[in-house]
Amino acid sequence: MPSIRDIVGYVETNDWAFTQGHRLCPGCNAPMVANWATLAAKSLGYEPVVGAATGCLEVSSTIYPFTSWNVPYIHNAFENVAATISGAESAYRSLLNRGKIKNDKIKFIAFAGDGGTYDIGLQSLSGAIERGHDFVYILYDNEGYMNTGNQRSGSTPIGADSTTEPVGKAISGKLQLKKSIVDIIAGHEGVYAATAVTSEPWDFIRKMQSALEFKGPAFISILAPCVRFWRIPDDSGPEVTKLAVETKYWPLWEYNMGVYKVTKKPKIFKPVKDYVTKLGRYNKLMKRPDANEILEELQNYVDAKWDRLLALEEITKDKPIRTKI
Amino acid sequence: MPVKLTVTGAAAVAHAMRQINPDVVAAYPITPQTPIVEYYAGFVSDGIVDTVMVPVESEHSAMSAVVGSAASGARTMTATAANGLALMSEIVYIAASYRLPIVMPIVNRALSGPINIHCDHSDAMMVRDSGWIQFFTENHQEAYDFTIMATKLAEKENVLLPVMVNLDGFITSHGVESFEMLDDEVVREFVGSWNPKYSLLNTKNPVTFGPLDLFDYYFEHHRQQEEAMKNAYKELPGVFEEFEKISGRRYDFLDLYKVDDADYIMIVMNSTASTAKYVVDQLREEGHKVGLVKPQVFTPFPKKQFQQVLNGRKGVVVLDRAMSFGKEAPLYSLVKSSLYEVASRPSLGSYIYGLGGRDTTPEMIREAFEDALQGNLSTDEQRYLGLRE
Repeated sequence: MPSIRDIVGYVETNDWAFTQGHRLCPGCNAPMVANWATLAAKSLGYEPVVGAATGCLEVSSTIYPFTSWNVPYIHNAFENVAATISGAESAYRSLLNRGKIKNDKIKFIAFAGDGGTYDIGLQSLSGAIERGHDFVYILYDNEGYMNTGNQRSGSTPIGADSTTEPVGKAISGKLQLKKSIVDIIAGHEGVYAATAVTSEPWDFIRKMQSALEFKGPAFISILAPCVRFWRIPDDSGPEVTKLAVETKYWPLWEYNMGVYKVTKKPKIFKPVKDYVTKLGRYNKLMKRPDANEILEELQNYVDAKWDRLLALEEITKDKPIRTKI
Repeated sequence: MPVKLTVTGAAAVAHAMRQINPDVVAAYPITPQTPIVEYYAGFVSDGIVDTVMVPVESEHSAMSAVVGSAASGARTMTATAANGLALMSEIVYIAASYRLPIVMPIVNRALSGPINIHCDHSDAMMVRDSGWIQFFTENHQEAYDFTIMATKLAEKENVLLPVMVNLDGFITSHGVESFEMLDDEVVREFVGSWNPKYSLLNTKNPVTFGPLDLFDYYFEHHRQQEEAMKNAYKELPGVFEEFEKISGRRYDFLDLYKVDDADYIMIVMNSTASTAKYVVDQLREEGHKVGLVKPQVFTPFPKKQFQQVLNGRKGVVVLDRAMSFGKEAPLYSLVKSSLYEVASRPSLGSYIYGLGGRDTTPEMIREAFEDALQGNLSTDEQRYLGLRE
């Protein structure tokens, strides 16, 4: 794993892969994700080639004729970054085989938000993982369609207020729990998959290294708040995600070819209500008479998921279901 | 030495691809395109070519992967038909706007709905404004030849546009007939190697592909695509000439059959032209001055060539294998608008034929010609061949 010294050393002597001039909102957590991922790759000696799905990160960093990307970058459409990178990675293998290029340091990194991953892009992502392309897919999960103005996605949590499922007099906003995307990815089996948060950069960077070194598809889902639509102060993204971990809302774990590992085990957990009530997007829910019922449902769910994770870690220890892709 | 092969049209196209040996082929199976990629997968599996094959999970991903691959500087091909092309269509536009020289055989098939797997041209017409060059081919020989020429044209530095090579579903793709296959080395030398100026894999000179292109530049970029299309139009005669040198076969924007002294001309694309040529011969024997024009290049539309050949004729009938609901049929409307500027406009008739694979017989073709011969054409009336009213 790159040390803090490696990374500081790198940025002192090199251009950042994702550099200044982007127009993401103050307090947005997406640029941290882009920076940490590309810095981890660069400081380990890899040469990242980046793909991005349509979304905030893409529209704010590549406004023609400007670009914030100091590394090769491709955006194609909303739902197809995994397929686009499949093609680039296949081209890379072909051109290396044929001796047309010599550079063997290239690593493909795809960035997408939750809309382009949980929903419209799930097929393209599943296909690319099943085919075993060697790439790292990074989902910056802000739990909704923030680029188009806070609409609900398959990642939006229960009870959250969004413009397409607002908390109203009759309906309490999003009625469903969010999709468990990392489990879906883990279901492909021949894959490295992990969760991360913006409050734990070193956990993310270590997982990034595992993902880069994994010979095949790797996936990291990082909880990255949108301060605008989560209705939280600009400087509180990491603080909020720290609470997400401490309340079991967002456990930190990884999956490697069938083996589960929980990477952070807080000794004492806070109630999930502490996390939820920090976010302005729950204000309307809290005024409803059924708020406590919904919070209780969420608490039961996160407790059960945590217990399940610990059990999976125990029974899969040293028992990979595959050894190669 | 060139050899005669008696195979399906799909195999003929697959052989052209084998000789080109692209770096990457990404495709999804769809009737009636499937045999092309099946043949190609066989060549890969047997080690006859060293292409990296990407058997994707949908046509949308096929075109997406093809964009990623072509942007990486790899010579890249795919093939599709009908609903596959419809699913791809979002990315079909993007591929053209990124100026990626992709070659894609389209095995023409009716576009749902209702679902139908047989031949018509509604799929190709759906994407006629997507910025791709579009060739149409009558038979195996042409499908093979144009696949090779497409690669040459697409990669011209002043063109850099993707190309569709259309061949008729089942009729050409599954029908067995002979074609002449060039030597592998001859094709390889003709298409040469592909070294693009910009590549996603060049980490020393990083390039951003597909940025956000707002009102301050988008318009200009579309104008550049139009310029590239004009360049394709200018480059095509040279490509035809070079191809003639290696094959002895002379192609042009329009294939002209017995038009020199013809008073009445039929315009039809792809395999139906063969039936129409047979009917032209019959009518000629009966003393009628008739001829046939088969457009080989549909986009860029060879307007000037149409004007030259149609000016001063008595009657022209245009056969479309696709409808444009609420508007004039696609080929007809373009031919008609071309004639606005000619000195002596012929009378015109629009005929829809063969939708969903409906057989088109010599009698039907004759019916359209007879309308022309009897002076019974109406510029504003859409007629149907072989339709039960």
